[in-house]
Amino acid sequence: MFFKNNSSLLGRTRKLEAQVDQFLDKVNQCGKAFSAAFQIYLENGVVEDFDRYLGEVQTIEHEADDLRRNIELELYRRTLIPDLRGDVLQLLENIDDLTNIYKADLFRISVQQPDILEEFRADFLELARTAVACVDSLVAAARSFFTDIDAVRDNIREVVRLESDADRISSPLQRKIFSSDLDLAHKTNLRYFVERIDELANQAEDVADQLAIYAIKRRI
Amino acid sequence: MELSILVFLAGGLFLGWALGANDAANVFGTAVGTRMIDFVTAATVCSIFVILGAVISGAGTTETLGKLGTITALPGAFSAAVSAAITVYIMTHWGLPVSTSQAIVGAIVGWNLFSGSTTDMGTLATIVSTWLFCPLLAGLLAAGLLPIISWTLRKTKPHLLRLDQATRWALLLAGAFGAYSLGANNIANVMGVFVPTSPFGTIQWGTFLTLNSVQLLFLLGGVAIAVGVFTYSRRVMMTVGNDLFQLSPVAAWVVVIAHSVVLFVFASKGLSSLLAGANLPQLPLVPVSSSQAVVGAILGIGLLKGGAGIRWRVLGGIGIGWVTTPVCAGLVCLVILFVLKNVFGQTVYL
Repeated sequence: MFFKNNSSLLGRTRKLEAQVDQFLDKVNQCGKAFSAAFQIYLENGVVEDFDRYLGEVQTIEHEADDLRRNIELELYRRTLIPDLRGDVLQLLENIDDLTNIYKADLFRISVQQPDILEEFRADFLELARTAVACVDSLVAAARSFFTDIDAVRDNIREVVRLESDADRISSPLQRKIFSSDLDLAHKTNLRYFVERIDELANQAEDVADQLAIYAIKRRI
Repeated sequence: MELSILVFLAGGLFLGWALGANDAANVFGTAVGTRMIDFVTAATVCSIFVILGAVISGAGTTETLGKLGTITALPGAFSAAVSAAITVYIMTHWGLPVSTSQAIVGAIVGWNLFSGSTTDMGTLATIVSTWLFCPLLAGLLAAGLLPIISWTLRKTKPHLLRLDQATRWALLLAGAFGAYSLGANNIANVMGVFVPTSPFGTIQWGTFLTLNSVQLLFLLGGVAIAVGVFTYSRRVMMTVGNDLFQLSPVAAWVVVIAHSVVLFVFASKGLSSLLAGANLPQLPLVPVSSSQAVVGAILGIGLLKGGAGIRWRVLGGIGIGWVTTPVCAGLVCLVILFVLKNVFGQTVYL
């Protein structure tokens, strides 16, 4: 009986580990679909392919939500070390927020269809790629939090570097937008999207800062 | 059995209750304080293993206390147990570090003084040096074990969730071992003084289970400790657990293991004869302080990490406790013996 319970407990732990991995995979997939959709928008506007990727991001975000809820329930049921449980839940929720931003940004683009002029497109694309890379580095840091605590610090350093890169792109881009001849409404609309995309990197860095503390707490 | 015998035994049972209430936290404080193991599970495992440790391996430390002084009358044993319990209560109340082991030794020496018996200075020196050695050994063990565990985990890189699961089981098993060691090492404090005047005979259940009078006495003491665990240790566990947990769950496990090994080696007759058989120096079988073993282990880890945050005042307090606790218990014992003899007309020594 003891061994049966023990092995089923081990099985449940493995299933939970797999779910955490799947959840982090979803965040990576979401970033990839976001990048693809944004590039299509910059090149062709809201076309069929853009909508397909938007749909994909919505589906992945929904699946990530479901996975996160399952993980949370399972963590509570199994009464994981409460201190660790709190950290893990907070980490997953914060990372899940990033998939919400991916979805919300694409949805706003689809609704508002901002007119991104040719002269700003390369910077917008670079900003989006850097922000997605920043989120991906955070996901890598989160993975190492579960499997290789010593590697967390290096991954977090990469998040911080990419967030600075994103700032280095977004600030001149905003200056460029506001020094152009566009009308104020147009400028404000473009600035809004610069900020929305940059927000991905900012939020990834905030989560990375929290993760650094969680990792210190877990050090033996 | 006469009612008076039960009344006299109650002194030891009270001390057992106090020990269960305080020292179970050293074993399960981390697990319960951090809600990794629920209190009822911890208290049940703790009680079962304390009783097993007391009944199976409690004889070694009792023999050492017997060498210090053999209390020949039940009212005398009662005085020693009660004075130890009162000392523990008063010093705990004042927030001073206290150990039942040190209190009972002081009380026995008090009885020796009152009855005119000789205190074996050799045994006393062995006991006192063990008090010093106990936290030192626990510290060395913890400081040695932690890097090994840390290196192993770094190499094997277990998934955090699996490590967490394993830590919970490890804490439960370490707690069971710790409870066994606590029962084996500390039952002498609770019931040791009653051994020479044990009112019990031998009891046999079926073919295999036979309990002699000393084991019955230890069973009773073990049950008293268990009652202390169930009725009063929860609050202490929550406090100790939250203090200890600052260390990280794995380091907390190392502390429990180091504590348990120390209590075990100072209680195990089997290990003692094994060392003797291999012509190695034997460790004395002496009741030691569970709390001081834990403090020693935490200090060991603290020093390993550079010594920052170590509260040296706590160490100073323990050092002072080595003197104040036995002296206080000895004085209280003298007063109780005087009152029992002269006011209640009891025979406190033969």
